[in-house]
Amino acid sequence: MTTTATAPARPFVSGVGHLLKARETGIAIALVLVVVVATALNPTFVFSNDGFRDLLLTPSLLMVVAVGQAVVIITRNVDLSVGSVVGLTAYLTGRLFIDLPGIPIVVVFLAGIGLGALLGLINGALVAFAKVPALVITLGTLYVYRGINVAWTGSDRINASDMPAAFRALGTGKLVGIPILTILAVVVLVVAAWYLRNLRSGRELYAIGSDPDAAHLYGLRVTRRVLAAFVASGALAGLAGVLFAARYGTVSSNAGFGWELQAIGAAVIGGVAISGGIGTVWGAALGAYLLLTINRSLPIVGVDDFWQRAVVGVLIIGAIVLDRVLALRQHRRLVEEREETR
Amino acid sequence: MFSMRSNARRSAVMAVTASAALVLAACGGGDGDGDGDGAGTGGGDGGGDGEVSITFLPKNLGNPYFDTSSSGGTEAVEEFGGTFSEVGPSEASPTSQVSFIETAAQQGVDALVVSANDPEAICDALDEARGVGVKVVTFDSDTNPDCRDLFINQATAEGIAKVQVDLITEQIGDEGQIAILSASANATNQNAWIELMEAELDANHPDVELVEIAYGDDDDQRSFDQTAALLQTYPDLKGIISPTTVGIAAAGRYLSTSEYKGKVALTGLGTPNQMREYVEDGTVEAFALWNPADLGYLAAYAAKSLVDEEITGEPGDSFEAGKLGSYEVGEDASVLLGDPFVFNADNIDDFDF
Repeated sequence: MTTTATAPARPFVSGVGHLLKARETGIAIALVLVVVVATALNPTFVFSNDGFRDLLLTPSLLMVVAVGQAVVIITRNVDLSVGSVVGLTAYLTGRLFIDLPGIPIVVVFLAGIGLGALLGLINGALVAFAKVPALVITLGTLYVYRGINVAWTGSDRINASDMPAAFRALGTGKLVGIPILTILAVVVLVVAAWYLRNLRSGRELYAIGSDPDAAHLYGLRVTRRVLAAFVASGALAGLAGVLFAARYGTVSSNAGFGWELQAIGAAVIGGVAISGGIGTVWGAALGAYLLLTINRSLPIVGVDDFWQRAVVGVLIIGAIVLDRVLALRQHRRLVEEREETR
Repeated sequence: MFSMRSNARRSAVMAVTASAALVLAACGGGDGDGDGDGAGTGGGDGGGDGEVSITFLPKNLGNPYFDTSSSGGTEAVEEFGGTFSEVGPSEASPTSQVSFIETAAQQGVDALVVSANDPEAICDALDEARGVGVKVVTFDSDTNPDCRDLFINQATAEGIAKVQVDLITEQIGDEGQIAILSASANATNQNAWIELMEAELDANHPDVELVEIAYGDDDDQRSFDQTAALLQTYPDLKGIISPTTVGIAAAGRYLSTSEYKGKVALTGLGTPNQMREYVEDGTVEAFALWNPADLGYLAAYAAKSLVDEEITGEPGDSFEAGKLGSYEVGEDASVLLGDPFVFNADNIDDFDF
């Protein structure tokens, strides 16, 4: 999958593409730096079976959610309910294995993704038809979905022994040395990136995010695209919920709590502009890896537990400042180009 | 179109919720000796023929922990020949127990055994019940001491701290590095236990070094990731104590699929259902908690002793509790169940909570 090869040839778009590319490269370099420093201080960070596995595995779930989140943010919306969707689908996963013994794993995956898509559809429909800001709608559904989850779960809990070993093996198993979850997450990422880059409907998401009114006047199906973006985000959160159950084995009513902010954080760090229209899912995925890898390396570097959140906060603010600087610079450049061509 | 979908979705959720509730209810009913009916008939008979009628009121029904304590209560009541019944709300909210207390008082049961959802909210109702002669015993979770006759305390902080230190030092051969995976940094219970564990380690286990206290915030995912970080940060780590049920399950899950399985010992406070998997696959040798069945058993005997006026709840009163032996009432009219119960591969299958 090469994104550069398919970049449109027009100078304006390729200029933007270049900027974005630089941005993602920066994140990738930061990620490599973190890994190198952590490994220098403690070789087991990479050079041990568990270390290598966790390096790839831990951020995979957030990556799936962040990709969905990025798609929504690109349309100038936001989906705050993803954490609750993860929680609900994770519990559904466990419940299915308990209530329907012998249910095929594929069916459970489909059910999780289906429930996620349905919850996403509710978000999307409320946002697209009711014309209420996504921030408000999804803040509401965040609580509604979590409430349903708490009511459904009660003081109950899914334990590892409730789920078949073959399913849980997905959570830690490897294929040619690479964790299965990571492979799944990368497949999701590649498909999403290809769609956003190459398909007309994918490009329209950027157009809508850049200027919803203009997109509407231009005749784009804004409602339908926004709806689809929310369904995609919900479905991916649903997938992450199923994978959560496989990875962590224990599901209580607070599963996925706070993930929405991590996913938004990952997208923003990865260069997806919160104001819409800019960014790639590659960036969001790298952001997710950077975020969680920093989280994992801080204790090894010796940074106190309590400071870890502060570091994440600094990262997010730094990313937004960088966004602003880049946007200003691009604005100036575009003005210059216009002057030159006049 | 949209609203139809929304409705369909909602009814689907409700259907699923309802079926889940049915399953839970079925489980709860199976263990208890007839829930709703027992309360009615038990109350009526109890006053008349001199048989002790005891009603258990757990925090909520359908909770495996309380199913286990009620089964202990049933066993005790059968032994001394009374009538047992169990009533309770479906969810553990502060005021949900009030109506059950009022009903039990009207039925004239001899004793009410309660695990309080809130130390204050049910006080008035309990006072009323005591006003008409119902003896009130709390267990698991206490109310204000003024509102009940006796509290059955499952364990003391000292007992909990000591059993965990004993388990880990035994499993690692009393030397090497250990870490603690706690709940949140400001969790009162855990911090009190950790302080006592540190004192115990200093006093009696000089070769054991506590290298870090990590906080998993009682969140599965965070506890899981913290376990990974602990193992990576301290390659020589010999054992982990997790004095929280969420933490120990997450740590067990991580260890069970890791290269450290069997090399790094794990113990702490856990429930058998959460830990069964890891005890069976050899990740965890033994862990501790109190035994809810014994707790219910003792509470039932204590209630009977109150009804028979063998004891009044004064410190120093003592009573016999069947297979558990003799107990003495301590400060604040509380009775201590004893040392925490250690679960291991031999006994874990006897428990389902």
